Amino acid sequence: MIAFDEALVTAYSPDPAGGPDRVVRLLGPVTLRLAEHRVAVVGANGSGKSTLARLVNGLVLASSGTVTVDGLDAARDGAQVRRRVGFVFSDPDAQLVMPTPVEDVGLSLRRTGLPAAQRDAAARRVLDRFGLGERADVPVHALSGGQRQLLALATVLATDPAVLVCDEPTTLLDLHWRTVVDGLLAGLEQQVVIVTHDLEAALRADRVLVVEDGRVVADDEPAPAVAYYRTLMAERVAATARPVAP
Amino acid sequence: MSRRPGGAGPLRPGWAGPLGLYRPGGSAVHRASAGVKLVTLVLGAVAAVVLPGLPAALALLTAAVAVHLLARLAWRRTLRDLVVVLVTSAVLGAYQWWARGPVRAAEVVADLVALVLLATVVTSTTRSDALLDVVARVVRPLRRVGVRPESVTFAIALLLRSVPVLLGLAVQAREAARARGLERDPRAVVVPAAVRMVGHARATAEALAARGLGDEAP
Repeated sequence: MIAFDEALVTAYSPDPAGGPDRVVRLLGPVTLRLAEHRVAVVGANGSGKSTLARLVNGLVLASSGTVTVDGLDAARDGAQVRRRVGFVFSDPDAQLVMPTPVEDVGLSLRRTGLPAAQRDAAARRVLDRFGLGERADVPVHALSGGQRQLLALATVLATDPAVLVCDEPTTLLDLHWRTVVDGLLAGLEQQVVIVTHDLEAALRADRVLVVEDGRVVADDEPAPAVAYYRTLMAERVAATARPVAP
Repeated sequence: MSRRPGGAGPLRPGWAGPLGLYRPGGSAVHRASAGVKLVTLVLGAVAAVVLPGLPAALALLTAAVAVHLLARLAWRRTLRDLVVVLVTSAVLGAYQWWARGPVRAAEVVADLVALVLLATVVTSTTRSDALLDVVARVVRPLRRVGVRPESVTFAIALLLRSVPVLLGLAVQAREAARARGLERDPRAVVVPAAVRMVGHARATAEALAARGLGDEAP
């Protein structure tokens, strides 16, 4: 169970007039209980949905209020929370830090305390499970974008987290790899929180949150929440659309 | 990825850096422990410093070539990985020839190429995590002065991994400048490349934190 209690995220922002920095609200206050198997978070760029996701494993800390995962406070028990919550980003290049896939999965498995040989064998089993067994020893930079995202997922799921948070995991992928990654996420036993612009993926979730201007403005079953988001975006486009000057 | 000279033919991976990545194999060098290989590399560096003269430098280069042969690594791949080092050595050798004569130039170039070749053999025959285990053991005493061994090993891993990524960002910046007709303006290449590299560094730091790699061991 992921619980947000009056979680508020603020930041300092420079004053254009040259005065002291101002405090701006990025997100919240948010109060939610997320127990569904698959939760989708949708919203425009800069709306605060990634901040919401980052609160779950303590990558962003609430300025006030709390965020807990199975009773563990993301701010106070950050290390324990990160062991329970895996996080996958849009860009696998930022996430993969070792030269080859087997070494990167092995890096994730270091926390298990296994000896090197057993760790290597375990990493290869993980890669086999994700269909990357034959690419275990090739340089990561020689993998395709889709294979790299699949590897990023493998490195996170290797430690069997209870919760997986994905921040736009398919944004950089073509249709083939998007289908592969979506299918993989759909088959996971873990609770999955997915931040996405893919409304088809959002419709397959059990619950959808719509974030706008740092607030959760809709929290519903997929169909009505996505319909609300479409209307919201249509209104925004109508309000801002201007003919492009020749 | 880049296309072969001549335009036709399959794409090949871009240059990955001066030190070769691991190449699987079953040679005696592959089977040797990472610690032994690193100690050998250090001894080679010490020998290059304390044993002056061209004969010693040529002996070191011969030993490096022998180790490469023993490792049964493909010369073509090794030479491709070392192309920048070889060019640098040629420039350095030319300067040394001009400043201190041909014998000294040959000695400097032989020492440099021998050490880089040895280092390439080490990284090509040893998995990075095995190297990192050795580094972690070596720097463990530094924990007493507040240095976390895990941080040192991660820094080295990131260094190895970042070379092709940063090269890719630089190539993208150059192509973007060319697309806008600004290829002759260095600012149009350097500034976006630098900004993207800083952005990549920040994203990597965030991803490491998300994987719990900066957290204390359980």
